[in-house]
Parts: sequence; structure tokens; C-alpha cells
Amino acid sequence: MTTLPYSSPPTELNYLNVRYTLASWLLSVDHKRIAILYLLTITFFFALGGIFAVLIRMDLATPSPDLVTSETYNKLFTMHGVAMVFFFLIPGVPAVFGNFLVPMMIGARDLAFPRLNLLSWYIFATGGLFTLTSMVLGGVDTGWTFYTPYSSTYANTHVISAALGIFLTGFSSILTGLNFLVTIHTMRAPGMTWFKMPLFIWAHYATSIIILLGTPVVAIAIVLVFIERVFRIGIFDPALGGDPILFQHLFWFYSHPAVYIMILPSMGIVSELVTCFSRRRIFGYKFVAMSSVLIAVIGFLVWGHHMFVSGQGMYASLVFSYLSFFVAIPSAVKVFNWTATLYKGSISYHAPMLYVFGFVGLFTIGGLTGLFLANLGLDVHVHDTYFVVAHFHYIMVGGVIMAYMGGLHFWWPKMTGRLYSEGWARLGALIIFVGFNLTFFPQFLLGYLGMPRRYHYYPEEFQVLNVMSSAGATILGVGYLIPIVYLVWSLRWGPVAGPNPWGAKGLEWQTSSPPPTENFETTPVVTEEPYAYEEDAEVAVAH
Amino acid sequence: MHTSSTLTEHTADRGRAGHVPGLAHHFDDLAQQRQAGTLGMWAFLITEVMFFGGMFTAYAYYRYRYPAAFAAGSAHLDVTLGTINTAVLIGSSLTMVLAVHAAQLGRNRDIVRFFLMTIGLGLVFLVIKAFEYGHKWRDHLVPGRHFRWHGDGGGGPVQLFYSLYFAMTGMHALHMVIGMALIGVLAVMAGRGRFTPQNHNAVENIGLYWHFVDVIWIFLFPLLYLLGVHT
Repeated sequence: MTTLPYSSPPTELNYLNVRYTLASWLLSVDHKRIAILYLLTITFFFALGGIFAVLIRMDLATPSPDLVTSETYNKLFTMHGVAMVFFFLIPGVPAVFGNFLVPMMIGARDLAFPRLNLLSWYIFATGGLFTLTSMVLGGVDTGWTFYTPYSSTYANTHVISAALGIFLTGFSSILTGLNFLVTIHTMRAPGMTWFKMPLFIWAHYATSIIILLGTPVVAIAIVLVFIERVFRIGIFDPALGGDPILFQHLFWFYSHPAVYIMILPSMGIVSELVTCFSRRRIFGYKFVAMSSVLIAVIGFLVWGHHMFVSGQGMYASLVFSYLSFFVAIPSAVKVFNWTATLYKGSISYHAPMLYVFGFVGLFTIGGLTGLFLANLGLDVHVHDTYFVVAHFHYIMVGGVIMAYMGGLHFWWPKMTGRLYSEGWARLGALIIFVGFNLTFFPQFLLGYLGMPRRYHYYPEEFQVLNVMSSAGATILGVGYLIPIVYLVWSLRWGPVAGPNPWGAKGLEWQTSSPPPTENFETTPVVTEEPYAYEEDAEVAVAH
Repeated sequence: MHTSSTLTEHTADRGRAGHVPGLAHHFDDLAQQRQAGTLGMWAFLITEVMFFGGMFTAYAYYRYRYPAAFAAGSAHLDVTLGTINTAVLIGSSLTMVLAVHAAQLGRNRDIVRFFLMTIGLGLVFLVIKAFEYGHKWRDHLVPGRHFRWHGDGGGGPVQLFYSLYFAMTGMHALHMVIGMALIGVLAVMAGRGRFTPQNHNAVENIGLYWHFVDVIWIFLFPLLYLLGVHT
């Protein structure tokens, strides 16, 4: 997409081998090294959340409460949610791929504030330690939502350190979002106008806006719960006339847009991958770009759909219901445009593309069941059942993690300079897809039949579907272990990738793999629009 | 991370000869660096608006629900001390503007002088605030087990008012402390002659932050102190 004259072999010095000391990693202000620090940290939390999930599914394999007590079960699903939502899903794509790729995709040498970027990782790690401490000391049982008065008056678990941990990770994501926003505004390479930016950048731009506007609100909500617990100052305390619903409003004002913090960057990944592996320009570039912005805007106006049965006013619920239907439109624009991009493309089924197909299918199911839940009457029926659990796992696991895995496979050669085993990668993608559906599709049925969430025993007629779900979780777990093996293997024994193994068009592929510390030998000058694949349609994917 | 020789190679090809003092390696020129810094500070202030916005929302909702209790609670705040503090804070904004002006002219000695005056006025504000908090403690108006209320409006909602009063003014005071610490750091830098008419963006940004903290107080003062006077 540029006139960058890339011809010389990769420079010998790159961001990985420029120095080897531990301090050179822990004090690095290179956005690529910080991305690797994040990758390791969130992989740890993903594994931790996964272990909690395994314990939950083990307990639910039988109708009787035989593995854990009710109290332990409450802690398990709380810590599963906290670890996955705040320490994997929200930071996942932006902190790893955003950090690594935003400067490279726009032709910059680093993010605008490299030291703030490093600070954001330290804040994240500190928040993680606080939350881990609360888990080690005995856990939290409030649910990941920390609803008052449960979190303020009635819980006698380690709410304070868990809440403090989440408060801190919020600030780490604010610093990341601020860095992206400023970098995208001020540091684009010559020629890279707004509508020549890759859609991954548009997605991260929209995400940054959500982070900046939403995260401070949940931060103050957590501060208020914190001082209510520590100093017995009652801001949400019904005994003083305080209103617990106010907490829910403040919480969901952030935590619903947080869903878009998770899914928008994932959609950015899909736009990059679907064009590369079908050798097509994106269909309707401006619509896909603007739909990200529109999702960010409307996403702020739908939080009340979490509170249809909380005592929120009927007319407020009506408005929130309509707006929730409305946010489906820009999401659908993306799905239709990706599908139209595939039309007449020369599609290759490499592992990243398999994850894209997984994403589009599962996100569609998750999105359509979201319409069920936006419907006021139907929501009352399925509220707090496994239908809701299945719905948001289709969005978060079926959507976000599919895109995350797709992105990891796509940019792994760029990040490490090595290729992994394509055969194993395809097998892994297939196993994850099968395991995921077996785990979560039965939960739609369970929920519709009336099984409530957050109980660790259930009537016997629900057992067949629960056993299916637990079996699926086992397969899913295996699916996540396989990539760890072959990706680690590739670091030492994988073939050298070269600068552009996929024949992709983004600026990040115009430099060596792994890239040098300042990303480019010479500053690229952008002359073409993004995804100009059709000019050299005869070039097949090299790998 | 990199040797200085590769650094010059990389930067040279963006049309920049030699090393510009105060320019970070990843920016092309001082204009780009200044633009990034200014946008960054404005974006940060937006997050601060949302942060305080959560508390203003809680305040608005509870005041709408308990107007009498909020007026009664407000009547027990010290309007005189609050007014003095408002004047002190506006004065500190003036000295801050003068510091920024001095920076634009590259007069580092004046920057130090006006920064120290700003910190001094900030301290005056915090000392007066501390006396007010002391009076509230003595009058059993600090929420918690110690809280006693014998007037109108019911103890619960009045305690809500004071919870918000301490949360909002406390958070405001915390922002002032952080601001004063940052001003102190910049004063040391100015003392070493670091700022020039071309490169003084840090001073401009701390100015933005300080004015923002002021503006928060301009909203807090009528909402908390003057509410009781009017009803």
C-alpha cells in the first residue's frame, strides 16, 4: 500500500534481540515489548479464569451439590468473571495487539507517550496483584458486578482488595486509550489520511473514546463502594435512604460500553484478516469505519437493558429497549460487509481465517440472541437464566476470543519472526469451534427451559444438557492448550517467517519480522488506500 | 534500546538535522510533540470530567429526592470560609496564568516565582479546608458511627449529603495535592532553565490541569455551600 522500498534483508537488530536483560524488558518503553509484557500477563489471567470455569463445569456435571459448597461456588463464578472480564477480555486485544500494531499500522515509531504506556502495564500488574491477593485470601462472592448492598453491607469476603484491583486496571486502560487516541490523531505517517487508515485503527480509535468516557465512571462507582465499606459512609446504603439502583446505573454506564471495548478491537482484527485471506478490498470501507464510531456512540445509551427487572422506570426501560435494538444495526453492517468482501474473493483457509469464520458465525448468534434480550417482555422471561449466560459467552468467547486467537495467529510471525505449524493451528481452531458450541449452545436451551444462573445444583431433568456443556468445556480446554504447545514450539523450531508471509498489505508488513526498535528503516509514505489487494490478485498467499 | 547513532539515522530521514533539545526520539518535530501533549492533556481532562461526573450524578439524584435534608445539611457548612477559599483558588489560577505567560516568554525565573505562589495559595486552601473538616468532626457531622443529627430533614438523608460533601471535596483536595506536587517538579525544572518559548508545553499542560481543578471547585461551592442559603 506504500512506496516504501523494502528490499534489503531484515536488519540484524530487532526489538527482541536488541538487549536480553530482564531490566531491558521491565523498563522498556518500546510499545512492542510492552505488548509482549501484556501478552504474558493476560495469558496468565486467562488460564486462571479458565481454571475457575473448569471447576464450575465440573460441579455442574451432576444435579446435586457434590463438589463445592454454595459459598465456594459463588466465589468461583465471581472470580471467573472478574479474571476474564477485567484482566483478559477488556485489556486483551487493545493492550496486546493495539499496543503492538497501532504505531506500526500508521507508520509511527512508537505511541505518543511511551512512558505512560509502560506505566499502564505496571498499574495493570499492580491491580492484578490486588485481585490475586483477594483470591488467595479466600475470594470474593459478590458476582463480577459488585452490586450494592451485597458488596457494601452483606458480603464478608475480600471485596476491598478485589475492587481496588479493578479500580487500578481501569486506570491502566484509561492510559492505553489516551495513548491510542493521541497517537492516531497526531502521529500518522505522511499520506495516511483518516480514510486511508486500516479499519483496525478505526476500531481502536472508537474503543479509545469508550475507554476515556466510560472507565472513569466505573472508577468513581468503585471508589464510592470502597469508602462505603471502609468508612461506613453510606452513599448507596438503603438504611440511610441511599439507592442501590444508583450503583447499578453507574456500574452499567461503563460496563455495558465495556462490551464494546471488548468487541470493537476484535472486529478490527476481523477486517484485517478477512481482506487478506480473500484477497479483496473491504466492501464499504467507510461504512465499516463509521459503524465502529456509531457503535461507540449508541453503546453509551443502552446500559439500562441490564436493569429491566431492577426497579427501573417503565418508560426508561422502553427507551433503553429501542436503543438496544438500534445498536444491532452498525453491528450488522459489519457482518454483512465482511460477507460481501468474501464474494468473488480468492479465499484461503489458513488458521487465522478459520478463526474469522468462527467469529462471524458465533458473533451473529450472540448478536441475534441479544435482540431477544433487548425485548422487554422476553427479557423478563429469560432474565438471570442460562440464556443470558449463553448469549454473552457467544459474544465474548465466540466473538472476542475467536478474534483474539485469529489475530494471534495472523501477527505471530510479525511479533516473533517465526511460523507455527499450520496443520496443528487449523486443528486447534476446529477443536475450539466444536468445543465452544458444545459448551454454550445447550445453555441457550437450559435458560429457555428456566434454569437460573448462579446456582450449583439443579433439577435432574436438566442434567443431559449440563453434561453436554461440561463435556464441551473439556474439549474447549484442550483446544486452548494446543496453541500454547505449537506456538511455544515455533519460537525455537519454527521456520523463519520473513517480513510478509501472508502477502498482506498493512504497513506493519512492510518492515522486517520481528521489527526493529523504531519499527521502520525509513518513514513510510502512504499513497494507496488500505486493502489494495486486487492490484496483485495473482499473488497467492505465500505460506 | 537503541544506540544514539541509529537514533540520528532514523530521525534524520524525516528531514531533521541534528538533535533538537527537548524533543523525544519518536516525534518528528517540536510542533508534533506539542500537539500530542496538548491533546493528551485535554483527553485526560475529559476522563476527569466523567470521574467527577459520577459524583455529580449521585448528588443530583439524592438532592432531587431529599431537597429538605440537603438544604438543612448545607446550612451547616461555613459559607464564609467557603467564600474565602473560592477567592484563594481563583487567585491561584491567576498566578498560574502568569506562570504560563512567563513560560511563553521563556522567563524561567518568573515561572519559578509564580509556581511557588500557586503552591502557596493551594496550601492556604488546604489549611482552611482542614479547619472546616475539623469543625465538622467536632459537630458530629462526619458520616459513620460518630454522626449525630438533631435538626430537621431526618438523619439518614443528611448523612447522605455529608457523605457526598466529604467524597467530593476530598477528591477535589486530592487532585490539588497531586497538582501541587507536579507544579513542584516543574518548578525545579524551570529553576534549571529548562523552558524556552519553543518548548514549554509541560507548563501549559499543568496550567490546564490546575484550571480544571479550579473549575470543579466553582461547581462544588454553590452546590454544597450556597444551597442552604437560598432555601
